[in-house]
Amino acid sequence: MPTVSVARDRLFAALGRSYTQEEFEELCFNFGIELDDVTTEKAIILKERHLEDDNSSLDDEVIYKIEVPANRYDLLCLEGLAQALCIFNGHEKIPRYTVANISKESMLKMQVKKETSLIRPFVVCAVLRGIAFDEARYNSFIDLQDKLHQNICRKRTLVAIGTHDLDTLQGPFTYEALPPPEINFVPLKQVKHFRADELMEFYKSDLKLKKFLHIIEKSKVFPVIYDRNRTVLSLPPIINGAHSAITLKTKNVFIECTATDLTKAKIVLNTMVTTFSAYCERKFEVEPVEVISFDGNSSVYPDLSEYNMEVPLSYITGSIGVPLEVDEVTSLLNRMQVHAEQAGLGGNNINVSVPPTRSDILHPCDVMEDVAIAYGYNNIPKRKLSSLKPLPLNQLSDLIRYEIAMNGFAEVLTWILCSKKENFEMLNRKDDKTTAVVIGNPRSSDFEVVRTSLMPGMLKTVGHNKDHPKPIKIFEVGDVVLLDEKKDVGASNRRLLAALYCGANSGFELIHSLVDKIMEVMGTPFVPVGNSAGYYIELSDEPEFLSGRQAKIIYKGRRIGIFGIVHPEVLNNFDIPDPCTFLELDIENFL
Amino acid sequence: MAEDAILGYLATHEEIPDSGQFASQHGLHHNDVVNVIKSLHGFRYIDAQDIKRESWVLTDEGKKYAAEGSPEVQLFLAIPSEGSIAKDELQKKLDPSLFKIGCSQAGKNKWVDMGKQVSRKVQHVEDKVKDLLIRIQDGQTLGKEDINSLRARKLIVAQTWKGYSVSKGPNYAPKRKKVATDLTRENLQRGDWKELEFKEYNFNAKGPPAEAGHLHPLLKVKQQLKNIFLQMGFEEMPTNNFVESSFWNFDALFQPQQHPARDSHDTFFLEAPSTTRELPEDYVQLVKRVHESGGYGSRGYMYDWKREEANKNLLRTHTTAVSTRMLYTLAKQPFAPKRYFSIDRVFRNESVDRTHLAEFHQIEGLVCDRGLTLGDLIGVLNDFFSRLGMSKLRFKPAYNPYTEPSMEIFSYHEGLKKWVEIGNSGMFRPEMLLPMGFPEDVRVIAWGLSLERPTMILYGIDNIRDLFGHKVDLSLIKRNPICRLGIN
Repeated sequence: MPTVSVARDRLFAALGRSYTQEEFEELCFNFGIELDDVTTEKAIILKERHLEDDNSSLDDEVIYKIEVPANRYDLLCLEGLAQALCIFNGHEKIPRYTVANISKESMLKMQVKKETSLIRPFVVCAVLRGIAFDEARYNSFIDLQDKLHQNICRKRTLVAIGTHDLDTLQGPFTYEALPPPEINFVPLKQVKHFRADELMEFYKSDLKLKKFLHIIEKSKVFPVIYDRNRTVLSLPPIINGAHSAITLKTKNVFIECTATDLTKAKIVLNTMVTTFSAYCERKFEVEPVEVISFDGNSSVYPDLSEYNMEVPLSYITGSIGVPLEVDEVTSLLNRMQVHAEQAGLGGNNINVSVPPTRSDILHPCDVMEDVAIAYGYNNIPKRKLSSLKPLPLNQLSDLIRYEIAMNGFAEVLTWILCSKKENFEMLNRKDDKTTAVVIGNPRSSDFEVVRTSLMPGMLKTVGHNKDHPKPIKIFEVGDVVLLDEKKDVGASNRRLLAALYCGANSGFELIHSLVDKIMEVMGTPFVPVGNSAGYYIELSDEPEFLSGRQAKIIYKGRRIGIFGIVHPEVLNNFDIPDPCTFLELDIENFL
Repeated sequence: MAEDAILGYLATHEEIPDSGQFASQHGLHHNDVVNVIKSLHGFRYIDAQDIKRESWVLTDEGKKYAAEGSPEVQLFLAIPSEGSIAKDELQKKLDPSLFKIGCSQAGKNKWVDMGKQVSRKVQHVEDKVKDLLIRIQDGQTLGKEDINSLRARKLIVAQTWKGYSVSKGPNYAPKRKKVATDLTRENLQRGDWKELEFKEYNFNAKGPPAEAGHLHPLLKVKQQLKNIFLQMGFEEMPTNNFVESSFWNFDALFQPQQHPARDSHDTFFLEAPSTTRELPEDYVQLVKRVHESGGYGSRGYMYDWKREEANKNLLRTHTTAVSTRMLYTLAKQPFAPKRYFSIDRVFRNESVDRTHLAEFHQIEGLVCDRGLTLGDLIGVLNDFFSRLGMSKLRFKPAYNPYTEPSMEIFSYHEGLKKWVEIGNSGMFRPEMLLPMGFPEDVRVIAWGLSLERPTMILYGIDNIRDLFGHKVDLSLIKRNPICRLGIN
């Protein structure tokens, strides 16, 4: 995206009001440009020269650096930006650009010689009459050429612009291509004559110009423009002649654009003349130049005709998704510098005339976009496409399951139902009748209650895998059910995670590490006891674990789980001959 | 021994008031007693209070005099009881330092006459210094004056004696249980776990680092994004083709051949294989025409479209090259709406810095259907980004050669308190879709963003090279949370 530097106060003067930075940023956002940076001339110069602030008298005028879309060449200078924003704000009408009505005989002429087709075949020209420069306008005029050269001209390969003080020259002009030794002139900013081949050598050490030399360097002929007195106007795309240099006092400007791409040359010429015709005696009027090809074909430039399109209203509203009337659409388009009116009385088509400044508009879709921008992207009501939302609890469970499996634990899937004994007595727990859902008609003692812990299932798994090589590392993520008075049915599920280690040793430290890992993957820091910003562990005292060999896990101040060496009596109850460490925690706390 | 003595004594006594006395009463070394006290205290069998006492001990010099007598007495005894002895003679009989001290002390005591000839002044002296030193050696206490004079002569120094007073602790038992660090299979087999005494855990420290496998954070985020797309009904596009022709990467997208993105500054072009072998010729003609002179309601770019440019191979600069191929295939079939997505590698000829890499991952989603509107695009973007936790969005007009309208997506960042750009979106241009053969009312809305940017925000990483590539610290990969995108 190209960036344009403009003096803030001059811009605000042109906009007819001043803005706070936020207000201006908002305007830019809605229009589709961006205030990239706020700086001063002084800061820029100091930075370029790598200097500290020296309190010198450098200019500290505020500069806005504004990013503009890469296809909006009309916005590459203050004049174009200000005009576009004024019209967007509804403060100005779109100008109608005209080509001065003069006869072919009195028109300036540019003769194109055949040899130019070997190197740079196209040239287009125009004249700005009675232009009033001041320093700011003059600088802007130079800057715009620079910006165009950088962007659409692709560093002068496609198009190169030359601007001249017409009063120092005499038409007709010729566009020729000659062997370099035959071209001899005083180039801009120099005082002595150079032969073109010498000049190329000379510019090899010029930081700014050396990067353009490759465009013609290897050619047997160089493009060159002469006036009737054989004064060299320019050696495109390298340098202009010193003779016709424009100054603040220049009144009549001759503009030539030489090119390898005619379409882009026309866009560049149009951008130059439409922008600066605002400072001409006859505002928005440009004097044409006839370009006569070696084969006798003649064309008159600039071509400021508007490009007409008939766009169905339904295409615009159907693409944006907002019901708009014809007159709403036309006034929105006018704010985007596009002429628009209803096609025929009561018609549902819109006649659009695209001014020469809006070369970016190629298709009705570009018109449609302008309507959407003027309407405001953020005012368009959204339509939701069909989509699904997964259950967060199950998604989280799955992510935790993968992490635990990656820690080397095998997943088991055990029964929800168990005997009362397994759920309480065998775990050294007392049944105080406040936790477990009790089944009224169990077919066997295996299905008396709904588990309140994953522990019995895990221990039964180990008990039935006595011959499995040790250590055994297993885990389960599953639901338990607890009596719950807040629920209509009096009971609710909780999603628990359990992990168990069984081996020659208790594996307490390994399970401790797993606790740390689970907390880490949940993005929870380890904190000192009492701190509720993360988790810590504290000695606990539960009967299913060995005394002093167990800890509760406190997460954000709440007890969410416990781990410890399973009590030898409990191990014995489940017929497990090896020590085990067991972890259980409630993962719903992480949601 | 000491342990049994202490625990046994406490079984019948309230306390041991002084470990020093206890040691001497029981014929134990005090050092052994102290070690046992420390160990029992660690397991809280006993409580122990420090006792400190100042005492005096002999210096090496003091010890010598305690054994051999003080220098002044030795000197006195070297002088004959009658008559005198020449000083030189006397000096030869004694050690030089002893002689010097002896002379000065004996003189001070007025025991002798010092001159060239030395003689006794008194006939009988007592060695008081030696007596005092022996009394200190025996642990007796002396008067202040005596202490001061011995100290001044550097014959004694102060020493702090440490001991304990001991009483029963919370875990007191007359006999210590076995100390264990872990419960083992043997403990269970022998049934001795009941007697085991465990060393206390330090719960203020984390456990040892776990031995585990880890997935790369960027790919964790990718997985979640993939789930989000699937939940939104999007099908994954095959993106396992990094080498692409300029035609599919640019031309088919109505991106003009002079576009700056097609510069070698931005795109990696290939030396081998340098050009594509084939392109669908009929379609190429349609693309050429739409670039050169438009059609389908467009005026086109009006330039000479060059086949050589389109043939140039490159590393794809965006996954939209794949989208283009997919849409081209789709347009050849009877129309059916589609939702596509991909998350894969793209390449840019950029210099590497904190925020740019020469390769990164592009996330892309597109919806192809009849009658889609900007409202649909805004709707689908809101759905997608709110699943990423970004529900406050706004859209800025932008330019992109193959979408019109184009919208940059901004999200309000609560931490930074400002709007940040998070992606790009738009409707594909008719100049791209119609040459493929889609019916005129078929529209394609699409959006794209990098995978790295949201991941960096998510994991608080501000240098892209810390996230992706060979310079990444492995501990970053080992220590990062699960990606919870899409879970809310």
